Amino acid sequence: MTEFDLSRDSVRALNQGLHDSAEGRWLVSHPDGRHCIAVGLDAPVDVAIKGHVGYYCAGMNKRANITIDGSAGPGVAENIMSGTVRVLGNVSHCAGASGHGGLLVVEGDASARCGISMKGSDIVVAGSVGHMSAFMAQTGRLVVCGDAGDHLGDSIYEAVIYVAGRVGELGADCVEKEMTPEHRQGLADLLSAAGVEADPDSFRRYGSARKLYNFNIDHASDY
Amino acid sequence: MFGPARGTDMSKPNSLRPSATFPLEVLAEIHRAADQGIYEIRGFGTKRSLPNFDDLLFLGASMSRYPLEGYREKCATDVTLGTRFAKRPVELKIPITIAGMSFGALGAHAKEAIGRAASQIGTSTTTGDGGMTEEERQSSETLIYQVLPSRYGLNPDDVRRADALEIVVGQGAKPGGGGMLLGQKITERVAQMRDLPEGIDQRSACRHPDWTGPDDLEIKIQELREITDWQIPIYLKIGATRVDYDVALSVKAGADVIVLDGMQGGTAATQDVFIEQVGIPTLPALRMAVETLKELGMHRKVQLIVSGGIRTGSDIAKALAMGADAVSIGSAAMVALGCNKPVHLEDYRALGTEPGYCHHCHTGRCPVGVTTQDPELEARLMPEQGARLLRNYLTTLTLEIQTLARACGKSHVLNLEPEDMVALTIEASAMAGVPLAGTRWIPGA
Ligand SMILES: Cc1cc2nc3c(=O)[nH]c(=O)nc-3n(C[C@H](O)[C@H](O)[C@H](O)COP(=O)(O)O)c2cc1C
Ligand code: SF4
Repeated sequence: MTEFDLSRDSVRALNQGLHDSAEGRWLVSHPDGRHCIAVGLDAPVDVAIKGHVGYYCAGMNKRANITIDGSAGPGVAENIMSGTVRVLGNVSHCAGASGHGGLLVVEGDASARCGISMKGSDIVVAGSVGHMSAFMAQTGRLVVCGDAGDHLGDSIYEAVIYVAGRVGELGADCVEKEMTPEHRQGLADLLSAAGVEADPDSFRRYGSARKLYNFNIDHASDY
Repeated sequence: MFGPARGTDMSKPNSLRPSATFPLEVLAEIHRAADQGIYEIRGFGTKRSLPNFDDLLFLGASMSRYPLEGYREKCATDVTLGTRFAKRPVELKIPITIAGMSFGALGAHAKEAIGRAASQIGTSTTTGDGGMTEEERQSSETLIYQVLPSRYGLNPDDVRRADALEIVVGQGAKPGGGGMLLGQKITERVAQMRDLPEGIDQRSACRHPDWTGPDDLEIKIQELREITDWQIPIYLKIGATRVDYDVALSVKAGADVIVLDGMQGGTAATQDVFIEQVGIPTLPALRMAVETLKELGMHRKVQLIVSGGIRTGSDIAKALAMGADAVSIGSAAMVALGCNKPVHLEDYRALGTEPGYCHHCHTGRCPVGVTTQDPELEARLMPEQGARLLRNYLTTLTLEIQTLARACGKSHVLNLEPEDMVALTIEASAMAGVPLAGTRWIPGA
């Protein structure tokens, strides 16, 4: 286990060290809200960060497993490709933005635009998400065990959203869809992979009405 | 005293008097809008006439300046971009780069032709919306990787194998607008690269998903530097609008290089109203950018690449003289590859146009195989042959710049300066900040 104290050494030195390691476990202390911690990792390393982090923690993650024992600022795990990022606290806006793969687990709540522009990743939020979550989400799954704010799934493409709690106003072109047995099973597997306890039967599914896929003059008022 | 009204064409009878408020093209556009119920989407840049580099002239050497001998005395053209923070700045042999044009908008052959030509000449080429293709990475020695609001295909592996990153905030053709690729151009490969279904109209986002203002952007740039271990330069591309603010904020956010795209800048598909009515021309944009960089003490420290309507060696020489470090070309590179060439006339006509007038890149039916994904059309542009055309064009541009620089007595093209130029019109004089020919007057200075 490599221990790294951010009150003594820089984020630059930490990231360089992480980029240079092919495997292993890292314990990072005193993050104190610093930005860009553990970004651009590309190896099966385990990183535990003890405390709160600023912007873009675990950005563009590939293969690494990163746990944040605290809360995270904007854009946590943005553009994640693979691996797992777990936040034990809450996360600010744009969590998991444009993620292409991998899994982001938020044990607390997520702010606005969670899963914005997501492209294949999975996001499981044990709490609630703010407005405009899954905005322009392309593929992948966003699971919300609590409530979802207004304009959920605005301009969504083929991504799938599951919400257990209340949902505010749905965004443009986002509609509730039938929860098939396959969806229920996939959701149960995902919850179990995320280590989040929730009853798959309590969720409703949302996705694209596909009315905005090609311009149609009769739908002009939906834009 | 009751003579004919202004603008009256006396050769025409009153019954054929045209309306200045409703000229033929305005009438046609209203008829089209009434038929279709949607704005016109098209490719290419602005078609209206704007003050541009043709409105400036070089003075050349005379008694007070000493010219250099053409062909004999050296006139260097190399530039280095990204010297502010990057450990590995981009070194180019000529101050002409190839602008970001997406795979999807351009076909794979065009992309490869551009990569080959740029590599042979010693300059850079740029990816575009939709990500990096293997062909363009392989064929481009120096490849700039765009980070766009859509984040289509954005991949840390490609980030790490890029020679520089370019965060796109805006484009001259549509500052404030996102990308557009109509369903007819979305083939299986394009759809897969963008993680979207085939055949749908792709409207790329106009805002980045994970940052909203200049303070966030500063941290975003820091993140990209951390991911790339501070090795490669980070460019910021802006569409020309409030250039003074945007340049100052780009410098503050930590950009190594600013790419400034004037309103003439080309596009593959944008609303005509956007292309023609939003943004400011390249000429005043460039002056404002250089002024701001100088005020901040950052001119030549943060390098400036300017684009939007660059066609000739003289355009480039004038841009350099105004203070740009390099230029970027999009449309002109397409023209070198054959865009608007009078061949395959029947295919232009099938699009309802003629060579010389075509702006139909959005259709995916490019008659010369540049902006298409159709294998049959693409076969009209073989990468090797396209590379030769573009290489010849880039060589010609470079020779023209050197000719003008030598005439002004400069041993490096970056030594050209505003004092080497005058303006032909009051507008250009005010916009470019060089005196009206025959006077010492710069309106607004
Ligand atoms: C076919 C085509 C595709 C383009 N695609 C992109 C793009 O993906 N990203 C981008 O930032 N700019 C794009 N542009 C704009 C160019 O990068 C550049 O700003 C512009 O072409 C410069 O002006 P010029 O065409 O007058 O040289 C595109 C332009 C064209 C003509
Ligand atoms: S010839 Fe091809 S590249 Fe040129 S404007 Fe027409 S469609 Fe576009």
